[in-house]
Amino acid sequence: MTAPVIEDLLRELTPQVLGALIRRHGQFEGCEDAVQEAVLAAALQWPAEGVPDNPRGWLVAVASRRLIDQMRSDHARRERESATANEVVPEDVPDTDDTLVLLFLCCHPTLTAASQTALTLRAVGGLTTAEIARAFLVPEATMAARISRAKQRIKAAGSSFGLPDGADREERLRVVLHVLYLIFNEGYTASSGSELHRADLAHEAIRLARMVHAQLPEDGEVTGLLALMLLTDARREARTTAAGDLVPLDEQDRARWDRGLIEEGIELVKASLAGPALGPYQLQAAIAATHAAAATAAATDWLQVHALYLILERIAPNPMVTLNRAIALAETEGPPAGLALLSTLDGDERMAGHHRLLSVRAHLLEKTGDTAGAYEHYRRAAKSTASIAERRYLEARASRVRT
Amino acid sequence: MKFLISMHINPAVIDALTDQEKAAIGDGHGKFIEALKKSGELITTQALVDPSQAAVVSVRNGQPVVTDGPFLESKEYLGGFYLIDCENKERAIELASQIPDTAIEGLGVEVRQVMFADGQLEA
Repeated sequence: MTAPVIEDLLRELTPQVLGALIRRHGQFEGCEDAVQEAVLAAALQWPAEGVPDNPRGWLVAVASRRLIDQMRSDHARRERESATANEVVPEDVPDTDDTLVLLFLCCHPTLTAASQTALTLRAVGGLTTAEIARAFLVPEATMAARISRAKQRIKAAGSSFGLPDGADREERLRVVLHVLYLIFNEGYTASSGSELHRADLAHEAIRLARMVHAQLPEDGEVTGLLALMLLTDARREARTTAAGDLVPLDEQDRARWDRGLIEEGIELVKASLAGPALGPYQLQAAIAATHAAAATAAATDWLQVHALYLILERIAPNPMVTLNRAIALAETEGPPAGLALLSTLDGDERMAGHHRLLSVRAHLLEKTGDTAGAYEHYRRAAKSTASIAERRYLEARASRVRT
Repeated sequence: MKFLISMHINPAVIDALTDQEKAAIGDGHGKFIEALKKSGELITTQALVDPSQAAVVSVRNGQPVVTDGPFLESKEYLGGFYLIDCENKERAIELASQIPDTAIEGLGVEVRQVMFADGQLEA
């Protein structure tokens, strides 16, 4: 087996091994360190000596041994030592995949979204603290403190290792999906820093979403989220110029969209829409699929996009959804109708001075021929964004309407 | 999200504080830094020397011209900053309000989101 194949295998096995260990020993922190060490040992040994027949069992055995060694050397835990030191590492490892349980644990509701994200990448994604720190452009010490604090919080919350039941499970799954979506967006949104690491985050989010989907194929929202990620990621290449400038959807070279990802995404959307309930991810995926299905920007089925936003607005009201619906409405009924819908957002505190509201209004004003108004709004939008790529784009639009 | 919390000091206001008050500010910053480290929200913090120690540099006809003293004729100067990484702007403001300077008339802190970053984070 080549090194990259082994790396993939380890990525997949890490959360399973960690899950198995936590199930047996109960302590997140110690288990996590032990698993990281076992994975490191495997990464060094397997390429030279070959992958063992039961790689998962090998990792569980090595990690368990490391954990027990660690407990033994820990003087403060002398009491516990006598109980665990005699414990024999079992030959056969139970064949349950605890990855999903582990993911649920990492997305514990007492944690902030930033901590859930970091812990998920570390424990389920198998990324090192240094890799996660690099991806989020913070010092390793900062990320290490955040991860360690998150583990302590989970411990303090007295969380048991297992899937929650019924409504709790449903709610926790929403948190899990939200965290995966945050990871994806962190990777997808063009911002400062090294693009490469950010792209890795998007791929990691997709990998984890695929994993959840494999375990819960019947859940429409899980399917919807995976589809949404694939359909969004399919446009990556066309989204920016070689110089890093943003290219809006209607100006993108659709030949550069990844057809394979689009086809897979559309299939998933179809499958998820056949289910009994509709959720926000499914609807957003359906909107992305409608855009993806159009051969040219002009061929976009805006009536369908608008209808989907209307449903989304009804089940998950949010000013950003209304904003997006205004764009679709402007396409079907003309810019004045879009502008009228935008004005309903003016009283919304969440949107006050938001660059998206300013820039959409600028676009629509430009279309109605109000270049002075468009210029003013493009300028204000440029000042309001924290993204350099976006600011450059908005400033370019502003100077275009001025001349 | 990354934010820079910049602290604007007025040397006259600082000078007018009692030793006890100055020590309390120092303690407050110490505790604040510890809490930020624990929560994993601190990226870095730096404090600057008194503005009277500043050198103003300009280059005219290829020749550097250096003069003493702060560039601006102002009462308030940048005294230092915290660079933090936290959940959102609300949290950044909440953190900023824990900085002892905010409780003193004449000293102020400002919160702004970071737009671009480069360089060694561990430096």
